[in-house]
This record gives sequence, C-alpha cells and structure tokens, in this order.
Amino acid sequence: MIEVEGLTKRYGEKVAVNGLTFTVRPGVVTGFLGPNGSGKSTTMRMVLGLDRPSAGAVRIDGLPYGRLQDPLRHVGALLDAKALHGGRSAFHHLLALAQSNGIPRSRVDEVLDTVGLTAVARKKARGFSLGMGQRLGIAGALLGDPRILMFDEPVNGLDPEGIHWIRTLMKSLAAQGRTVFVSSHLMSEMALTADHLVVIGQGRLLADTSMADFIRHNARSYVRVRSPQREQLLDVLRAAGTVPVEAGGGVLEVDGAAAERIGELAARHGIVLHELSPRQASLEEAFMRLTAESVEYHARAETSSGGWGDAGGGRGGGKVT
Amino acid sequence: MTVGAVRVLRSEWTKVRSVASTAWTLGLAVVVTVGLGVLISALVRSEWDDMPARERVAFDATYVSFAGTSLGQLAMIVFGVLVVSSEYSTGMIRTSLAAVPRRGVFLAAKVAVATALALVVGMVTSFAAFFAGQAALGGHSTSLGGPGVLRAVVGGGLYMTLIAVFSMGVAVMLRGPMLSLGILMPFFFLISNVLGNVSATERIGRYLPDQAGGRIMRVVTAPGDDTPYGPWGGLGIMALWAVAALACGYALLRKRDA
Repeated sequence: MIEVEGLTKRYGEKVAVNGLTFTVRPGVVTGFLGPNGSGKSTTMRMVLGLDRPSAGAVRIDGLPYGRLQDPLRHVGALLDAKALHGGRSAFHHLLALAQSNGIPRSRVDEVLDTVGLTAVARKKARGFSLGMGQRLGIAGALLGDPRILMFDEPVNGLDPEGIHWIRTLMKSLAAQGRTVFVSSHLMSEMALTADHLVVIGQGRLLADTSMADFIRHNARSYVRVRSPQREQLLDVLRAAGTVPVEAGGGVLEVDGAAAERIGELAARHGIVLHELSPRQASLEEAFMRLTAESVEYHARAETSSGGWGDAGGGRGGGKVT
Repeated sequence: MTVGAVRVLRSEWTKVRSVASTAWTLGLAVVVTVGLGVLISALVRSEWDDMPARERVAFDATYVSFAGTSLGQLAMIVFGVLVVSSEYSTGMIRTSLAAVPRRGVFLAAKVAVATALALVVGMVTSFAAFFAGQAALGGHSTSLGGPGVLRAVVGGGLYMTLIAVFSMGVAVMLRGPMLSLGILMPFFFLISNVLGNVSATERIGRYLPDQAGGRIMRVVTAPGDDTPYGPWGGLGIMALWAVAALACGYALLRKRDA
C-alpha cells in the first residue's frame, strides 16, 4: 500500500505538486492520470525518496521509502526506460541491482526470461530499442518480487504488441494481490487497464474514484460493439487507430470511429458482429474537461468551497476532492 | 561492516567492472605513465654528457622515471570522473538511489570500490614506471634499496590513487562529466603547473593537490628548496583535498533531488 499525505513539491515559485493526499491499494491497478506536466513523475520520484518533498509525506506499507530494508523487495519501479548505463549489458545492470538488495543471482535470469530479453542479456543496453529498454526497466522492477509496483508512462512509444504485453502484465500483477500504480496522460489507455483512478491537474488532486464510477458519471460518445471474435476484433480496431474499451459482458466500447467504419472493418476481416450501436460523449473528453478545469477550480476554490463537481464534468465520481 | 554495506560494495564492483570505460581509462593510465617515463629516461641517458654539472648534482633518477605521471594522471582523472558522473549522465542515478536510498552508503561503497581499483592500478603503474625507467637510464639508474626510493615508488602509487579520489569528489559535486573534466583536466595539466612554478604564486601553488602530493615521488631535494612540508606531509595535504572534495560532494548529494 502506498499512502500519500499532503504531498507538496515547490521549485522556487512554481508549485509542481500541491497537497496531494491519496492511497494506492493492493489487488487492483490504480491509474495515475493527468496531462503532461501535471506532476505525476514528480510525485512518483517523491514516493521513491529520489526527490525531497517540500511538505507532506509518503509511506510504503507504513514506512518512509528510505527506511525500507532492501527496498527493491518492497517496491519495484519503472521511472523511465533510460535510467540505466547504456554501456552496461542488461545482465550486469540487473545483477548490480540484485546484489545491492541481496536478491539471488538466479532471479536475474528469471526476470530476463519473463520480459523476453534472455537472447540479448549480454548485449549493451545502448543498442536496445525503446521497447526493449522498457522491458529491461520492467525486469528491474520485477527483480525483487515486490508487493508494490510503480510504472511511469510504461506504454509510451511502444508498438501495439508491447502495449498489450504491459497491459496484461499489470493486470496479472494486480490479480496476484500486488499494489500496481501506473501513470499515463491517456485516459483511453487507463480505461483499458486501471480499476481505480487518481486524477491530478496542475499538481492538485482532481478525482480519486473507481474506473466504473468515472465511466458511469462521464457519458461519452462511442460505438458499442459485441462480437464472438472479440480478440480478433480488438486487434483490427486497434490497428485501425481506434480506441476500444472493454466494458464487461463481452461488450467493447469504441472511441474514435463511426459505426459505419467499424461495420466495414469487421466485414473486411470477416468478423461477426452481434451488436453495433453509436452512443455519445467520450471519456477522453470528460478527462480533458476535468483537467482543463483544474485551473478554474483553483481560482474558484479561493473564493468559495465549491468543488469541481459543480464546475461540470463528473458529478460525484467517487470521492472528489 | 554490515550485511547491507557488503551488498552495496559487491553491487558497485559489478558496476565498475561491467563498463568498457574502466579498462580503457586505467589501461591508458598505465601505458602513458610507464611509456612516457621510459621515453624521458632514455632521453636523459643519451643527453647525460651535455648536462650541466649543477643539474647533475640535483639529478633524481627515481623522479625522472615518474615523468610520465603528469600525462598519465589525466587518465586517472577521467576514470575518477566517469565512475561517478556516468550515473548522472545516463540517468542510472535514479535507479541506483531507488535500490540504495541511504545516499551515504551508496557514495561510500562507490568511492571505496573505485579507490581500491585505482590503488591496485596505481601501484602497478608506479612500480612498472620505476623499473622500466631505471632500465632505460642504464648507468645513471638507482635501485629500490636506495634511501627514500621505496617510499617514492609506493608514494607514486598513492599519488595516482588520490588524484582519482579527488576527481570522484569533484564529480559528485558537479555531476556532469563534461563540466567535471572541463575543469579538472586543464587545471591539473596546465594551471596547477603554472601556479606552482611562477614565483609570484608559488607559495600558494605548492598547496594545490598535485603540487603537494607530487613531492613524495622525489628522492633528491633540489638545492635551495624551501618547501615547508616533507614527502608524507605533502601527500597528507593532497589527501585532505580529496577528503574535502568528497565531503562537499556528500553534503550536496544528501540534500539534492536525484
């Protein structure tokens, strides 16, 4: 469990993170959502004790990060894929990390296998593609078999196969009862992965709510599709640049394409559809509206106690601060 | 030593041995120091007959064989700088400090491992430079048993080690490799020599790390030399510089955001 309490980070005049309070719980994927520059990475660095908070505190299973014995066995983090020495091989990078936390050498080969880098383990990381670098970073996060995992924009720059792999991995880690905290600036990505949402804008908490509630309270325009060949349809839809969201009961909700186009796509690939119906207002839009209003909210909060719930967007999406 | 500290030491050893720059810089330090020392020793031998009597009196066979140090030490500086600053230039520092959040332990382990390695290479360099240099000097050579010679040769190894440690401290303060090297290389190759040899600045110049530390490699004191410290005193001054650089670096590392 990650407990963030009153977390604030100032750089001179600029406030990057402003009084954040939220808790990340085990067993679910918690999405950490906000536009670029909203303070997500700064918050994650403070969780790891890399940056010193101006005020407030973070506790990992009740302790500050710096007081954890062998922290890699408690928290695994992917901050950015380039946080490694390019002249070192993947194997030696992981070996040095393992040794520092008393993790057995055999575990290095295990995680290399898990992320599919065994074949290039002895190659210098400098020559890795973005996707391979991301996989190596994830191997480092998994190394200590930690109960808490934290990923900062893990799907950035990945190909569809890589995105799918990371999404499946995060879900399976949460299903094992681990705490999974993943940041993104894309609502559509979070909608596919996260069970719970922490939304920030300009360093302030905008929403702390379950994904189901967020969706329920933010009507969107989308196309509802049902097909017995769900996986195949997902691949086709993603390849076509649309954003399918799994809504339970075998239903896909597709953003970014008209019903006509989806019908044509399905026909071209010989996919049977059981339902195809247009709906309205998008989740991404709701998110954009929510975060754009954070500026307005900030100004309003000075003069009244009105929360963003009044300002439009998601009315009562779980706990709203 | 605690279990935790031993683990971090092993981790830092893996880091330092798994990058090519370690072998390159240390290898270059040996080759340049020994090679240049032999070259200059051979030159001195061939020019011996033309040497004025005054210079023959002050002739220091041990010191001549260390003539390559002035250039070879630059490779040691690069080693010391890269060991530390590659963490910053690559972004590895965030991964490292997430794994070892106690920054004092992290820095101490890194410096200890790199220093031990520099000490081994420094000693090998120093003894190799001495024996090769003496061979090249032929009839004008000295031996390890001569008064003060062993002290000078061991001191040469310590000098190379301390120059690397001082560079590590500066790199912890400055973080970036370009900035660190951009200051250290010209300083030790040019500025320090000028300050130490121009009469106006000599009194201050001789307290600079390399000027003070270099004294331990001399066996013969030049006539009229009024240096206020002996060989070990000079090395002590250099060690203080290295400790001060590390202490400043640690103070900054402790409060800085990674």
